[in-house]
Amino acid sequence: MYHAKYIIPALLVFLAVVTFPFWAKGKAVYRVELKLPANQTECIEDTETMRTSHMQILDHWRDKVVREGERVYTNAKGVKYSMSLTNTCMSCHSDKEKFCDKCHNSVGVAPYCWNCHLTTPKGGK
Amino acid sequence: MDKTRRTILKLAGASALGLGTGSLGLLGKGIASAAPTPPTAANYNSPLHAKRWAMVIDTKKFDDALLQKCVKACHTIHNVPDIPTRQNIKWLFTGDYEETFPTEHNHFVAEKVEHRKFLMLCNHCTEPPCVRVCPTKATFKREDGLVMMDYHRCIGCRYCMAGCPYGARSFNFMDPRPYIKEQNPLFPTRTRGVVEKCTFCVERLAQGLMPACVEAADGAIFFGDLEDPGSEVRKALRENFAIRRKPDAGTQPGVYYII
Repeated sequence: MYHAKYIIPALLVFLAVVTFPFWAKGKAVYRVELKLPANQTECIEDTETMRTSHMQILDHWRDKVVREGERVYTNAKGVKYSMSLTNTCMSCHSDKEKFCDKCHNSVGVAPYCWNCHLTTPKGGK
Repeated sequence: MDKTRRTILKLAGASALGLGTGSLGLLGKGIASAAPTPPTAANYNSPLHAKRWAMVIDTKKFDDALLQKCVKACHTIHNVPDIPTRQNIKWLFTGDYEETFPTEHNHFVAEKVEHRKFLMLCNHCTEPPCVRVCPTKATFKREDGLVMMDYHRCIGCRYCMAGCPYGARSFNFMDPRPYIKEQNPLFPTRTRGVVEKCTFCVERLAQGLMPACVEAADGAIFFGDLEDPGSEVRKALRENFAIRRKPDAGTQPGVYYII
């Protein structure tokens, strides 16, 4: 092999760089700090459900309200909510930048809900 | 059973009307300036139902001020922008006799009718051509006769606008938000690239309220169930001669005009 003294170390360096994410485990856990509503302790479902499937819930709400005309959601505990992104969700989560956007930006998704739906039912913006 | 249900509905309708007239002052000033309370699940406890919603407009009772009051009530509540070009958005709009009834080919129409202004809106047809031509089923007809838009599905092809014989649909050529003067924070706006139109205030019917224009019109517009012989609209149609826009299009519009 020509130039083995260059090629082999370079290959090793290349492999080390490529596999870097697999063997170099960082100590810090990746966290996103959200600003939770001050006046509410419970969301419509438990935190885990909201974290993993709020998008499916909203999708379901959209179909129910727009296509079927049903506007009331009953959660696992039997509490009833109006199925509305602005009027229900954003009533409590009133700061979109410090709640919705934090995770969405971190994971690189850009849902366009707010192109139409307003960010707060309290006016302004 | 049916009879008791009907009386309950009538009562609900009457009380909704009463509530409406009470809040008319608020309407005039624009909802945005008042502190809005978002509707909760309790607000949807007593929705209004019908087999076929329809509207009867008593055109004799309208003057320019009342027309504008109705248009303003509708457009403020629904965040309809006012764009000062031909790309304007309209849910509820006005026109003269010839614009409104282009297929009424009479000559020498009575002057007071010829110069009268008429309210125009989506007719919520029984056979809506817009629904037929929509390639994504974004516009669809509900069982109670309302022709609805699902903006989430609309791809902006504007077939429905070509299909509608009444010009009741508008396309958002641009982001409408900068052109909304008073924003009602409780109702969504639309976005660039979707078609929109009057919804017969489906969100208000779900709360047991009459449509915004009906409330604003102070009794000059009747709204109710066309299939219920005791309803306001059937009563108005029984007692007055009414016509519909472009009946020969075969769409069976749900908006009637008392001439």
